Amino acid sequence: MSAWVVVAALVLGLGSGILSGLFGVGGGILFVPTLVLLGLGQVEAAATSLLAIMPTAAVGAWRQRAYGNVRARAALVVGLASVAGAALGVQIATRIDESLLRRLFGVLLLAVAGQLAFRAVRQGRRYPDAS
Amino acid sequence: MTVRLVLIGLVAGVFSTLFGVGGGIVVVPLLIGLAAFAPHVAAATSLGAIVVTATAGVALYSVHGEVRPAYAALVGVPAVAGALAGTHMQQRLSGRALSLAFAGLLVVVGVWLIAG
Repeated sequence: MSAWVVVAALVLGLGSGILSGLFGVGGGILFVPTLVLLGLGQVEAAATSLLAIMPTAAVGAWRQRAYGNVRARAALVVGLASVAGAALGVQIATRIDESLLRRLFGVLLLAVAGQLAFRAVRQGRRYPDAS
Repeated sequence: MTVRLVLIGLVAGVFSTLFGVGGGIVVVPLLIGLAAFAPHVAAATSLGAIVVTATAGVALYSVHGEVRPAYAALVGVPAVAGALAGTHMQQRLSGRALSLAFAGLLVVVGVWLIAG
């Protein structure tokens, strides 16, 4: 790994964290393109993004738990059930064409962008004074 | 209720490992829509579930040798500090124009990934 990649990874990681905190989106949506930009393949980027998400999600969950917002039993049921889905996702990701997976991820980004824009416009209508 | 939560978890799991995201993008709206959670409770609960989902995903992908721990640390550790700062900044910076600019950035990245 070159010095350039290390610096770029640190800067993009910090920037991704700021944007995800600011806009309430998950880190993964930004980690994956960051890791692809740094030279990883699409599946490697997805796998590595999941490891990169863990500290942010753990800190976030811990803070939200202190505020009393986490329903622990529901989180556990959703989390444990997700393991079976995760196994299926890995089987699909490691079998399909990597460029198709990258394109599907691009479509996901467009969907998130649409959701954000919709939320912003609706909020703007509800609070017309907020710029 | 439990059946609905299990279904939400299954969908979130597929999404999570297929795309390398936590799954909050599907869990939060489904908890609100199918399980009548308040938005902030849905977002917080989703974070708890994501810790489990991401751990499972990392374990499953490790078997295939796809996880690159050095890259994860370089991106993930500064992201924790960034996320804390971003959440703090949200009080002052949550403007409509800023959200639309961010949506525009995501569109550019999305098109780059689809075309590239």
